[in-house]
Amino acid sequence: MFGKLTLEAIPYHEPILVIAGLVGILGGAALLGALTYFRKWGWLWNEWFTSVDHKKLGIMYFIVALIMLLRGFADALMMRVQQAIAAGGSAGILPPDHYDQIFTAHGVIMIFFVAMPMVIGLMNLVVPLQIGARDVAFPFLNNLSFWLFAVSALLINISLFVGEFATTGWLAYAPLSGIEYSPGVGVDYWIWALQISGIGTTLTGINFFVTILKMRTKGMTLFRMPIFTWTSLCANVLIIASFPILTATIAMLTLDRYLGMNFFTNDMGGNVMMYVNLIWAWGHPEVYILILPAFGVFSEVIATFARKRLFGYHTMVWATIAITVLSFIVWLHHFFTMGAGANVNAFFGIMTMIIAIPTGVKVFNWLFTIFRGRLELTSPVLWTLGFIITFTIGGMTGVMLALPAANFVLHNSLFVIAHFHNVIVGGVVFGMMAGLTYWFPKAFGFKLDEKWGKRSFWCWIIGFYVAFMPLYVLSFYGAARRMNSYPNAEWQPWFIVALIGALLIAAGIACTLIQFYVSVRNRDKYADVTGDPWDGRTLEWATSSPPAFYNFARLPVVGDIDSFWSQKQRGNEQLDDAPYTDIHMPRNTVAGPIISVFAMIFGFAMVWHIWWLAGFSAIGMLVSFLMRVSNDDIDYYVPAAEVERIERAHQQRVEAQA
Amino acid sequence: MATESLHHDAHADEHEHHDAGPTKVFGFWVYLMSDLVIFGTLFATYAVLMKGTAGGPTGADIFELPLILFGTFALLISSFTFGMGVLAMNANRVGQVKMWLGITFVLGLMFLGMEIYEFHHLIHEGFGPDRSAFLSAFFTLVGTHGLHVTFGMIWILVMLVQLSTKGLNDKTRPRILCLSLFWHFLDIVWICVFSFVYLMGVLV
Repeated sequence: MFGKLTLEAIPYHEPILVIAGLVGILGGAALLGALTYFRKWGWLWNEWFTSVDHKKLGIMYFIVALIMLLRGFADALMMRVQQAIAAGGSAGILPPDHYDQIFTAHGVIMIFFVAMPMVIGLMNLVVPLQIGARDVAFPFLNNLSFWLFAVSALLINISLFVGEFATTGWLAYAPLSGIEYSPGVGVDYWIWALQISGIGTTLTGINFFVTILKMRTKGMTLFRMPIFTWTSLCANVLIIASFPILTATIAMLTLDRYLGMNFFTNDMGGNVMMYVNLIWAWGHPEVYILILPAFGVFSEVIATFARKRLFGYHTMVWATIAITVLSFIVWLHHFFTMGAGANVNAFFGIMTMIIAIPTGVKVFNWLFTIFRGRLELTSPVLWTLGFIITFTIGGMTGVMLALPAANFVLHNSLFVIAHFHNVIVGGVVFGMMAGLTYWFPKAFGFKLDEKWGKRSFWCWIIGFYVAFMPLYVLSFYGAARRMNSYPNAEWQPWFIVALIGALLIAAGIACTLIQFYVSVRNRDKYADVTGDPWDGRTLEWATSSPPAFYNFARLPVVGDIDSFWSQKQRGNEQLDDAPYTDIHMPRNTVAGPIISVFAMIFGFAMVWHIWWLAGFSAIGMLVSFLMRVSNDDIDYYVPAAEVERIERAHQQRVEAQA
Repeated sequence: MATESLHHDAHADEHEHHDAGPTKVFGFWVYLMSDLVIFGTLFATYAVLMKGTAGGPTGADIFELPLILFGTFALLISSFTFGMGVLAMNANRVGQVKMWLGITFVLGLMFLGMEIYEFHHLIHEGFGPDRSAFLSAFFTLVGTHGLHVTFGMIWILVMLVQLSTKGLNDKTRPRILCLSLFWHFLDIVWICVFSFVYLMGVLV
């Protein structure tokens, strides 16, 4: 009846898990209770859960990502505490098996359920506005993508209370992830959570690729698109081309585990290195899916606050395209030690170093944009400056790792950990924080508090260096990664320093939370009704904040790069007297959440081998999808009079403030 | 040809539309390209694991070409009949569209029957997908294609129902065009499977 699921699956004998479980359950219950008490369910369902509005979906992506950030960071803190105290024979607080679960959870959650949704959330919020569109190409699929992501975040967190997390590391290398060495359900949770969210990501990639190519407003040629849209376009190309590899690879691992097949097994002709090759053929493009949109954020921020057009727009675009292409021919640098031979390693080493060239072009473009600009040191700019320095250092340690000879020494050491945190924290996290601060007023109509934003920045950047520079040092002493204790007591001071760094980063996260609280409390003081709080350059600032659900009452017409900026310089407000017209909009959909809930039940049933439930939920998915496609009442027209009423109300607010 | 026929649509001039017919067809093309990457991954895996027979049978031992050829022709002809269906759609003949889709469905069923027979036969002989890495890769590659054909056939049934209830309109036309792209795509993938897996398999 319940497959492998028994009461034994609930880890009541592990105090840390019991506390975490209780916090999760009580927090969830408090939230559900509050929603019921304040009668917010209808509002939540009608205005948010079933919404196909890309701006609301973007906000929801960010909310889930921030919650997951807390979970992933709690894992990071536990690791730092463990390594700081478990030296010279001390066992510390986490036994090896639990420690393995925690570093796996940290990696999986931070990449798939924090970084990805932040990047996709920003894309959702910003891209349609930047290209002057009223929505994405496939609004229903957009809602479905979000929910597939959200339910898989839930599914992977269920493993905290029911069952266990994988102990394989975030990429679940075979044969360790095979049924022989990982007989538990941890890898199965990993499989189904990633499979479900990965399908959502692929749909997002297709959706935004088509949106950007097909839905740009009049006059916006490809080479007039804002850089964030360009980087998003390239990231979506990477999603379309690489996520299917992940889907197929995980599917093969699934067949190995569930049907006894022999793709990645040690015997019966299987090939474990095939798994490692495939997972990185997806995995390397994946890191560029994360970093390219962050590059886009920095480009927007730096041009806006330097009050200058971005230096070298065209080189920026071509550098982005070059990185997109190159990202597919470097995957082998993740395992030079495989033994592919000197020539193969030399090829991948050189390709990896070549990627540094377009990246360098970008760095110089940002620097030259600042040069002779009037740079305002707002918190998005601080994040950007912190990024330029930190990412450059991380890039250089990356080039060191790209040397196959050096790599043989550094492979699997803390050097790798320090390197990729150097680029991911310095690049993706700083980029998302900059983007969050920069576009927050667009999403909510008021700015974030600058003081707490800057405090967060300083905690993060100092904390980052204090936490990760010791790891570089330790790697030169030969410290391997993924160890729950190190016998060498002389290393302990470095681990204690790293722990202090992690605590500083924790203070940075706390500052961000305080920043939200303070900003919401003072939202009237920080309110911006003009829709253009930073004197922006691109189209998202041409509409109100938050924009009406149709984004633009009249679709803007674009004449050059940074068209909105040059319009403001010329002082003409185009088409202001043209009459409003009816606007074609998509209807909300219940199909997205319903299909996704079935998908989550399906994943859970597969994890625990509850076959009848898996069959039932698969049929549920199919039927609800068929019901959606046979429903033709998916759109409507907003009458011109309604548009006029909304726009007039907005006009009055602007005049009232002026 | 497929996309051009949409240009006579009532909405052809509103290019900022979401969910518009041509946008859907374009989006479906992009989806097919991503699906192609799945097949590419499975082909690459098959190429790597082909020799991993672990003492079990090789392709030459188990492939029965006459049977496969029969299925292949069923699928190739079904692409032709679907093409006829699209021509009938362009001529606005709902009845003929339904007839051609029906014939396509039957041919698809014949192909699927061939595949199920082959799989069943192999498993019965003790050469199931768990026997060796070669057989895992073979079953998965061919089975993934077969799964796609199955979904294509479900989609044909859905379209037959929709054509009966809704007729040809600007919602159903793009769906039939997407389905035809899907069906031809599966045909092309099958030609690759037939050449690389079966023909080269018996050559070795």
